Amino acid sequence: MDRQLTFEIFRYNPERKGETPHMQQYTLEEKPNMTLFIALNRLREEQDPSLVFDFCCRAGICGACAMVINGRPNLACQTKTKDLPDKITLHPLPTFKLIGDLSVDTGVWFREMYTRTESWIHTSKTFDPTKEEERMDNSVAEDIYELERCIECGCCVAACGTARLRSDFLGAAGLNRVARFVVDPRDERTDREYYEVIGNDEGIFGCMGLLACEDVCPKNLPLQNQLGFLRRKMGITALKDLFKKK
Amino acid sequence: MQTHFSDLLVIGAGLAGERVACEAAQNGFTATCLSIVPARRSHSSAAQGGMQASLGNCAMGEGDNSDVHFIDTVKGSDWGCDQEVARLFADAAPIEMRRLAAWGVPWNRVVPGKSFYFKGGEKFEKYEKEEKEGLITARSFGGTAKWRTCYTSDGTGHAVMCTMDNRCAQLGINVFDKKEAISLIHDGDTCKGAVVRCLRTGRLEVFLAKATAICTGGFGRIYKATTNAVICDGGGHVIAHDTGVVPIGNPESIQFHPTGIVPTDILVTEGCRGDGGTLLDVNEERFMHIYEPEKAELASRDVVSRRMTEHMRAGKGVKSPYGEHLWLDIRHLGDKHISTKLREVDEICHHFLGVDPRTQLIPVRPTQHYTMAGIRTDKDGAVYGLKGLFSAGEAACWDMHGFNRLGGNSLAETVVAGGIIGAKIVEFLKGHETTFDTASINDAVNKQKKRIDDLVAGRCGHLNVYQVRNEMQEALMKGCFVFRNQKDLEETVQTLQGTLEKSRKVGLVSDGAGANFELGSALKLEGQVKLALCIAQAALQRTESRGSHNREDFPERNDQDWLNRTLAYWREGADMPELVYEDTTPLFELPPGDRGYGGGKIIPADAKYVKERTVKSPVTEIGKKK
Repeated sequence: MDRQLTFEIFRYNPERKGETPHMQQYTLEEKPNMTLFIALNRLREEQDPSLVFDFCCRAGICGACAMVINGRPNLACQTKTKDLPDKITLHPLPTFKLIGDLSVDTGVWFREMYTRTESWIHTSKTFDPTKEEERMDNSVAEDIYELERCIECGCCVAACGTARLRSDFLGAAGLNRVARFVVDPRDERTDREYYEVIGNDEGIFGCMGLLACEDVCPKNLPLQNQLGFLRRKMGITALKDLFKKK
Repeated sequence: MQTHFSDLLVIGAGLAGERVACEAAQNGFTATCLSIVPARRSHSSAAQGGMQASLGNCAMGEGDNSDVHFIDTVKGSDWGCDQEVARLFADAAPIEMRRLAAWGVPWNRVVPGKSFYFKGGEKFEKYEKEEKEGLITARSFGGTAKWRTCYTSDGTGHAVMCTMDNRCAQLGINVFDKKEAISLIHDGDTCKGAVVRCLRTGRLEVFLAKATAICTGGFGRIYKATTNAVICDGGGHVIAHDTGVVPIGNPESIQFHPTGIVPTDILVTEGCRGDGGTLLDVNEERFMHIYEPEKAELASRDVVSRRMTEHMRAGKGVKSPYGEHLWLDIRHLGDKHISTKLREVDEICHHFLGVDPRTQLIPVRPTQHYTMAGIRTDKDGAVYGLKGLFSAGEAACWDMHGFNRLGGNSLAETVVAGGIIGAKIVEFLKGHETTFDTASINDAVNKQKKRIDDLVAGRCGHLNVYQVRNEMQEALMKGCFVFRNQKDLEETVQTLQGTLEKSRKVGLVSDGAGANFELGSALKLEGQVKLALCIAQAALQRTESRGSHNREDFPERNDQDWLNRTLAYWREGADMPELVYEDTTPLFELPPGDRGYGGGKIIPADAKYVKERTVKSPVTEIGKKK
């Protein structure tokens, strides 16, 4: 009953002199409840210890193991082999810098995004440890959390048409980050200030509306709605500015 | 050699590490964090439940205060914790939750009015007060007298991790990811930084600092079956222990959770059983009520894990290619309950098992979950044995958890301890200057280069790293799991002594170039086997049962002889750990007594010993009440 699975895996180690990118084939016997986490670790431990790929939580929570699985970005840890055909082709996420084989550098990309979006609460208040916390409506907290669920796996960026055309595009993950602070009443930034960050082609106006980001998001974030929300908000801000100048 | 310098070097950028770094940066010191993975992927982010803090805002938390939280924590630890530390923690926790709210955590808030909750499968009503509307609310967790666990939906660790990492970005803290410390730089007296392997290029770098903090989380991955992320492999413990002067505190104190899924050992929440789920055996029959007529599936974590293991030993386990397991059944809870209250469980079953819990059973078994054990520090977080070295979070044995930690106390510890210890590091930095000796830095780097070269060239042997690692993991499963006894522990120690020899003869199959994982695994293997030996030897010596340490041959909690903490040193050139013991706690606010759950006999401590150390405290009276 066990299938023989064939893995076609992208291989390239930039630290090894003279190596060129290529595909390498492996075979493995499928077991019940097998995920790509189990399969890839077995390949590394039993067949080829030079294989480079990332896993961390292996529970779909941390976003470390995003890769292109049979042509589609997804989290490897929560992909079951029984949902895939006998032949499984694995590539690293495009757009991000390659570290080796299936591992890419999401860390640096996202830290740059934090800096560009100033991904923190902007407030003039200072914390007073002797005081009760500031009150917040529970539904507001839930709205913020809904956008905070992003695990920075990079699938949306890898699937994004604009990100493939221009490396400075913030991507759905970056724009969603801004939206997270827009809905947070603790952040005192104005629309005009957000416009400075995303009111351009590297930001919200770069989005071509292809919306692959929403299709591939493993956490099912409402990216389409957020992009629309920001686009309207920034469009209105731009119009207001236009009339102000006259 | 690329060399970095900062006032504070933090190894590990999970919640504890980043919180420590924030404290230093806020006080004008430069802080650098190193992490194997991008900070937000740290295992802190996997904690779903919440953080215990006695804010007492919600209806079921009314009347809560830090005294009650302190009592729950001490009882939970089976009187194995340092009570000074538990007090520091319980008092600071509510303030820390408010601080996190100010920094951006979207805590769930009190919604006034009538609502329902389930307990033991039954439905109850509660009323939240109008005047508490919008304050931080809390949920119920095991082993607590009040609803005290602050949360954001089912992703508390993730949400707090986002906020903490944002805070680091705001403060301009350098958080380097894909950097792994593989050795401390020290002179036997003071720690001066670390030799670091870049996990992008494989190159070695040096990070120097006036103070170094190890915040690398637990080491569950030295067990075969664990809920932990693959990065929780004890790397931080290994480099501290390897100095020969830093002890591991209570290595035998390891927590096992009853319901890890099979395979992959991902955790499904206790809420399944809390909401009325049952455990079934190979015949699809309930069994917990046979062992525990009163509490059945809702007995405490250590008890359920014990009974499940007994039942599988009696031949009632379900055989699978991934080993034996039992079933968790939540089918009867119905579609609505599963899709709303147990959404996370539903998703885990769907993604990792291809199981629909509405119609199918979930394969589960007890699995390693948490290390109360860790790098021993004093109450300021200063590591025993080396000046300038600190530790916080699960990596440390600060010791508020003793022999069993309560759900919600671990995640809270990361930020609370991070704040307290961060402030102590700031005090330390204010009065401290150090000198760096380039010769000893070079020595430290060259030592690591030689280790790497030897592994790549196979100069010490050609044993396979994964096979040797597997031998260690299996040995711990056999002797140092839920149940322990003299015979199995002796066998485990013996096996591990052989494994230690083997770990020194490992050679790489691959060429070790670049971001090579085989090399990373090989570099820490010997240290991991030493940790495993510490667990086994300390468990063998501790002839009592306390919290999660269950000796079948010594079922009593023995306060007369074992009200102490194991310190396991590994002296240079030694083949076995050296175990020494210190008093569990310098003082008692709550003198040793009955936990009120779990059962078992207690051999009382010497009355004079207890009396001399008991201080006047409000909890002495409150604690007497069951």
